[in-house]
Amino acid sequence: MFDLQGYGPLLLQGAKLTIYVGVCSMVIAIGLGLLGVLGQLSKSPVVRFLVTTYTTVVRGIPELVLILLVYYGVPTLIQDISAAAGSPVYVALDPFVSGTATIGFIYGAFSTEVFRGAYLAVPRGQIEAARACGMSGALTFRRITLPQMMRYALPGLGNVWMVLIKATALISVIQLPELMRSADIAAKNTRMPFTFFFAASLIYLAITIISNIVQQWAEKRTSRGVRRA
Amino acid sequence: MDIIIESLPRLLHGTFITIQITALSVFIGFCMAIPLAIIRVSGRRILSLPVYAFTFYFRGTPLLVQIFLIYYGSGQFQVFLASVGIWPLFQSAWFCAVLALTLNTAAYSTEIFRGGIQGVPAGEIEAARACGMSGMRLYQRIIIPRAIRIAWPAYTNEVIFLLQASSLVSIITVMDLTGVAREIAARSFAFYEIYIFAAVLYIIVVYGVLWAFKRIETRMNAYLRMEITG
Repeated sequence: MFDLQGYGPLLLQGAKLTIYVGVCSMVIAIGLGLLGVLGQLSKSPVVRFLVTTYTTVVRGIPELVLILLVYYGVPTLIQDISAAAGSPVYVALDPFVSGTATIGFIYGAFSTEVFRGAYLAVPRGQIEAARACGMSGALTFRRITLPQMMRYALPGLGNVWMVLIKATALISVIQLPELMRSADIAAKNTRMPFTFFFAASLIYLAITIISNIVQQWAEKRTSRGVRRA
Repeated sequence: MDIIIESLPRLLHGTFITIQITALSVFIGFCMAIPLAIIRVSGRRILSLPVYAFTFYFRGTPLLVQIFLIYYGSGQFQVFLASVGIWPLFQSAWFCAVLALTLNTAAYSTEIFRGGIQGVPAGEIEAARACGMSGMRLYQRIIIPRAIRIAWPAYTNEVIFLLQASSLVSIITVMDLTGVAREIAARSFAFYEIYIFAAVLYIIVVYGVLWAFKRIETRMNAYLRMEITG
């Protein structure tokens, strides 16, 4: 049953793209998460309101709907606006760019929550001590808060990554040839859907297992400074 | 705007299908998860290992793969499934969607309730044993009610995730909210209007379910509320 009929390389190529999309989305998500937590700490009520709206709204919408909204909706929206403004432009989004951006945008909301919890876990006294040593707000964040936050945020970020890498399968809907789409192509050509989707699922499983191992290693590394009883 | 008002009845019907599929999967998944969680903590390797393999596979792979495996993959076993007489079931996208969602949520819920069972304070179990309870009765009266309360916040998240994940069934032609929105959008080219409206409907349903689950949580934990006197 596990004769891949020469489609093995296609699947592996798809897996590579899946990991690439996942890493790019994760970078966006972490960036947005840090921005989000800075926004939540901001003194401006407008900024805080914007961040709260972002996390609340994004967590209420299915990923698939957002992917479709960005991929099909944004170009038509730009075309409609530009047409109304009198100078119509034609826009088409690249599946990779819009898919990665959407997934990153969604999981940015989840990592904002992770970072918020991590920020609250850093003892107040540490920040006060840093200020007393004469560090500015930004320097305190970079030198004191951020490194300690990472220790608390790592388990949460690991979970975000596990969900995110599986969510990248949805980008296959907008025809990006990642793992899921490659499996679909192979399944249609060979008429062996079970074989190929099962093979794809095993590759996803392998990614999950490896991520787990890396996460455990990283958690150990970031808590080197913690005394254990 | 006209297009939204015009297609409102169909979108609302899609919302109904979304809720129906989710509710059915959550219900069956819950009924599967409790016994599976008990087996998982039983310590009997022969029983708990297959359950662990099941939860590991369904939690480690994307839901989309699971849906495709069941809906398209079953075609590879057509002869066998037909000989057992269940092939017509697998021809129905709706059935495959519910089956995939059920197995998926059963896997996640099993792990959530396993955590709940392991979180039951040892003293309560000892007390129950001292009162002469054992086996089934101990689980039924003490462990399970307590485990459900402990696991409820995590279980709420799982239900919300499943509600949103149910949008994937539109890919195998089930006409849920996303399915209806995709069809209307493809025909009218009103992409952003329809998808934004669908998103708003999802947000309403999601936060409605969240509110309901919080209500249940407060109800279940009513006995914990401290009485404020004098």
